[in-house]
Amino acid sequence: MTALALNTLRRIGRRVVNSVWRMGTATRFFALTLLHSGQSFSRFHLTIREIFSAGVLSLIIILVSGLFVGMVLGLQGYETLQTYGSEEALGVLVSLSLVRELGPVVAALLFASRAGSAITAEIGLMKATEQIAAMEMMAVDPIARVVAPRFWGAVISMPLLAALFSAMGIFGGYLVGVVLIGVDEGSFWSQMQAAVDFREDVLNGVIKSVVFGVAVTAIALFEGYDAPPTAEGVSRATTRTVVTSSLAILGLDFILTAFMFSGV
Amino acid sequence: MQRATLDLWVGLFVVAGLGALLFLALKVGNMTGFESGQTYVVKAAFENIGGLKPRAPVKSAGVVVGRVSEIGFDNHSYEAVVSLKLDQQYKFPRDSNASIMTSGLLGEQYIALEAGGEEKMLADGDTLKLTQGAVVLENLIGQFLYNKAEGAGSTAGPAEQ
Amino acid sequence: MSDNLIEIRDLSFAYGDRLVLKGINLVARRGQVVAIMGISGGGKTTLLRLIGGALRPTTGLLTVDGVDMSRIDNAGLYALRRRMGMLFQFGALFTDMSVYDNVAFPLREHTDLPEEMIHDLVLMKLNAVGLRGASELMPSELSGGMARRVALARAIALEPRLILYDEPFAGLDPISLGVTGNLIRRLTDTLGITSIVVTHDIQESLRMVDYVYFVSEGVIAAEGTPDELRASDEPFVHQFVHGEEDGPVPFHYPAQGYAADLELRA
Repeated sequence: MTALALNTLRRIGRRVVNSVWRMGTATRFFALTLLHSGQSFSRFHLTIREIFSAGVLSLIIILVSGLFVGMVLGLQGYETLQTYGSEEALGVLVSLSLVRELGPVVAALLFASRAGSAITAEIGLMKATEQIAAMEMMAVDPIARVVAPRFWGAVISMPLLAALFSAMGIFGGYLVGVVLIGVDEGSFWSQMQAAVDFREDVLNGVIKSVVFGVAVTAIALFEGYDAPPTAEGVSRATTRTVVTSSLAILGLDFILTAFMFSGV
Repeated sequence: MQRATLDLWVGLFVVAGLGALLFLALKVGNMTGFESGQTYVVKAAFENIGGLKPRAPVKSAGVVVGRVSEIGFDNHSYEAVVSLKLDQQYKFPRDSNASIMTSGLLGEQYIALEAGGEEKMLADGDTLKLTQGAVVLENLIGQFLYNKAEGAGSTAGPAEQ
Repeated sequence: MSDNLIEIRDLSFAYGDRLVLKGINLVARRGQVVAIMGISGGGKTTLLRLIGGALRPTTGLLTVDGVDMSRIDNAGLYALRRRMGMLFQFGALFTDMSVYDNVAFPLREHTDLPEEMIHDLVLMKLNAVGLRGASELMPSELSGGMARRVALARAIALEPRLILYDEPFAGLDPISLGVTGNLIRRLTDTLGITSIVVTHDIQESLRMVDYVYFVSEGVIAAEGTPDELRASDEPFVHQFVHGEEDGPVPFHYPAQGYAADLELRA
């Protein structure tokens, strides 16, 4: 009995120590990435390639999801607002929920599963097929050549994707609210403009998406670089990327929201 | 993919993303108008500002003419000092009246400016003399109940005798 | 300048507590093809990684091109690696680049040559391995033997003094195997480089190398020129050269008695 308890305790302890250890390794890896970022800007075409694979290739899923999320918001919001007789506030509801929350968060979640998992799988496979080792043997630093451009490419793409998501969502809300249901177009836009503040809402949304972009990309890169060089190791690392970065997005969102909107 | 077409796609993506940001800033947000234009600041002291917040609108005849830029407290008069940032294109006489109003019964609070009759106009750094603080709902209800009770007391009085 | 490109004296290496190499002595002269052979898991690849600078020796001396590898810093290692090429087991080509870009990679990373000159150099290197016509293909379109030849072209792009080969013959058909073997020999001779080949393909190796070291259980079990080894009657070498099933290297993994395992009762 005591032996079992002791064993369980020992296992828990080992797990905790291991995860703290990994956390330290990840932090060191992240610092190294930042430190070796010079090439990502001096040879910007490396980063452009990664903006393509992280940003442009995520474009379709972001635009389509944004449109649908906005349309659903329009429908649901109309139903709710109608009971209080304030359908004109539909623009406010759609735009505020998108710009403040749904835009950055949902776009980041989609980004984690589309681009984040791709980054992990790609780097994991490069390691498994010894491409990273080959690069090292050619006296090329893989952090500077492979990791840092991917980091910056994704970090640059994320706020743009989130903005596109929000804009598309507002368009979706407009389609459903104004075109389909017939809410007055003038009050839809004017109430929205009166309620949405550029600094408080739009800029804070952009800050959120940058933070999420950094978190998702850092996790994806580290999981890929740290993955055991086997097919199973890479696939598990990919799953871990999606799970960990989704949790990180939601956790960070709570913290950031608490900072930004409850202050004043 | 060739480098040239790749660059083109990335360029399109960046332009579209920045366009979306611009759309959010101008069409959705309210970065238009006086935010970037010329402004002047006047002060007004209020006995009580209720729930007034920085960035609340300043309206005159229902038109937004500026925003609350800062809220402070005067240690000598024990009054709230509110700085109003007004758009340069709107001029008001020096004896204009500022009062704190509520949009709707429970809505957001804003400052209403009512133009006075003096010929000299407000300039940057001036202080508004005529102000009326927020109507605090609790005080209003308290006063109402007090009046009721008083009224009840005076009618009940004679019946007792 | 010493005649020996690689010198190893009494080298030992341990992963943590596990001693993998115990007192290795090895010399590779300039212009030679030296094979390191032995059974799988015998420490060959570890030895190669030590020479490549991916690992540091625990004790002993290891110099590559006159550089003491146990005392080298990062900048020194990177400088040394520019004079070194490595061919990985399956080529390790960059899968997101064409054959051309793969070979151009070290040139673009380490030189400021104009693109036209890189173009000429890449085609020269590809021509040397007979794959000039495949320059526009992607690595996924290549066979195993072709991928390894492209990797070889990439390894010689910067005209190194030393090339390390990790199992260059593994998984190749007999024709590709012969082609790769001849290519290693020819490149070594024409470019004046030194080649270290880690392999367990004994027949191909004996055909083309200058000197062979057998590594077994962390020590050099035997060494010699191919002719010496063919004539050797040392049991280990004999077993290896002739591919015998049982000998000093047993067929069976150590186990308790067969009868006891089957729970036979006599």
